[in-house]
Amino acid sequence: MTALPSSTVSGMKVGVVTFPGSLDERDAQRAVRAAGAEPVALWHGDADLHGVDAVILPGGFSYGDYLRCGAIARFAPVMDVLVPAAQGGLPVLGICNGFQVLCESHLLPGALIRNDHRKFVCRDQGLRIENASTAWTSDYEPGQEIVVPLKNGEGGYVADVHTLDELEGQGRVVARYLGDNPNGSYRGIAGVTNPRGNVVGLMPHPEHAIEPGYGPSVDGLGFFSSVLTRLAQGVST
Amino acid sequence: MGAIVVDVMLKPEILDPQGQAVNRSLPRLGFEGFTDVRQGKRFVLTVEGEVTDEHLAHARSAAETLLSNPVIEDVVAVHALESAQ
Repeated sequence: MTALPSSTVSGMKVGVVTFPGSLDERDAQRAVRAAGAEPVALWHGDADLHGVDAVILPGGFSYGDYLRCGAIARFAPVMDVLVPAAQGGLPVLGICNGFQVLCESHLLPGALIRNDHRKFVCRDQGLRIENASTAWTSDYEPGQEIVVPLKNGEGGYVADVHTLDELEGQGRVVARYLGDNPNGSYRGIAGVTNPRGNVVGLMPHPEHAIEPGYGPSVDGLGFFSSVLTRLAQGVST
Repeated sequence: MGAIVVDVMLKPEILDPQGQAVNRSLPRLGFEGFTDVRQGKRFVLTVEGEVTDEHLAHARSAAETLLSNPVIEDVVAVHALESAQ
């Protein structure tokens, strides 16, 4: 196992929210630490962000995916403070179920529905970083190709044609699937951002690809280092 | 006790993989002649006493806020359930 930094080099704090049914918060915390920041566990029932500099909504199955994926988590007390903070520019990354929560919260457009082939998909997935200027992707090169795990049952990104055209026109598609479309996402979209670029939703899992020997690559680390770069620059997004 | 029914369907332009799976199974069981299947959700909200206009207004609000996602779904009906005996 690679030794992770024992103390944070950046002094930055990144919150990771746990909802009932979250699965990947530990890996997300580990990725934050690997990037050089202090992970802070945030609790769904606590309407307090505890002064963090950025927030990650992790993967999993919040509330058992009942009703719709992310639909009940969206009304958790922590979201009452997170939504206005995100609208005010706080960097927020939603991964997998976290992406679904961001869509249900209307922080991001569109929605995630059941995979078109109806089967759960779990594989190493190639992605192209389409927008390398968001708070979470600035350490990548535009057009850079990466490989990270993908695991979802309801990962099909959908939106109406007008919204899709707007996303494309404004460069708000953050990442796109390479090769066969793994889940029927419209236009192969794997991740999107808001107009300001501080809120990013991503269906694949960069937090599972940050250490040599674990996962297909260490390509995922860039998401977690990018936000620290952005925060260190003091750029108001 | 009264109850209110809320019916939610995926918008017509949104792919319905569950409906497709059901549609493909029908002919195998000999149910011919159905060209498409769309699967929706029904919520039954129970209230104390008779269903009032206020209950219905609350139910419509809940249907738009939580029970459906307007990006992909339509609330197709909100009405009082006929009293079941």
